[in-house]
Amino acid sequence: MSEARSMTNRAETTRADAALRPAVDVIEDASGITLRADMPGVPKERLQVHVEGDTLTIEGDVVLQVAEDMEPTHVELAVPRLRRAFTLSKELDADRVSAEVEHGVLKLRIPKKEHAQPRRIEVKVA
Amino acid sequence: MLLHAMYPRDLFAEIDRLQRDLQQAFDLSPSIRGLGRGFPALNVGSTPRSIELYVFAPGVDPATLKVQLERGVLTIAGERAAEPVAEGASVHIDERFAGSFRRVVTLPDDIDPGAVEARYRDGVLHVSVGRRAAAQPRRIEIQ
Repeated sequence: MSEARSMTNRAETTRADAALRPAVDVIEDASGITLRADMPGVPKERLQVHVEGDTLTIEGDVVLQVAEDMEPTHVELAVPRLRRAFTLSKELDADRVSAEVEHGVLKLRIPKKEHAQPRRIEVKVA
Repeated sequence: MLLHAMYPRDLFAEIDRLQRDLQQAFDLSPSIRGLGRGFPALNVGSTPRSIELYVFAPGVDPATLKVQLERGVLTIAGERAAEPVAEGASVHIDERFAGSFRRVVTLPDDIDPGAVEARYRDGVLHVSVGRRAAAQPRRIEIQ
């Protein structure tokens, strides 16, 4: 068994930088945004989350346990790489993004900046 | 059926694959759904000793996964629970599949029903089905 060999070498060589777009859920609440992305087969050490300017990129390599002499006969996931980018808005705090991964689902939490948090302003009676 | 008998079994899979490859060569943007058609996506490969199935089912509780082999038909079923959305929160993108799923695969005749192994790791269910020793290619010595 070799760890690194992908099932889809052919597709990889024809389109070196090709990547599939993972399905995501994005939910916003008062204090920030929660993003979940399906990254099946991507081990934690091959998963990358980075913020550059206002762009948040998630990407990862799909690593499968594949025998040397295996011939693919049916392929639906044809590119062993997943990538997707998002534009962050100004009130989101890119420095405090937290990430966790469980069973191939990446969960990101992007909090809103302090000043963007909802505050209740007391109305005084004059 | 006669047509099937005249051609090697894998030819049809080959044609299917060729078609997909061609389609991908022209269509550089991958599917907006990311993993193609339906959930979970499935890759199948074969070696002289086994049939290997890779089911891309992230975020599934392994306890809910059912792998069943009956008369050469392998069924993979499970359920992915919907993530709860807190009150007052708004959903901007909702693409991830939630609910129960099932994939059914007919395996070749030479499999060994006693040699099935299934592992779930990083959201991928890997099922390995052994082939009977008699079916494995052997080199015949020439006297």
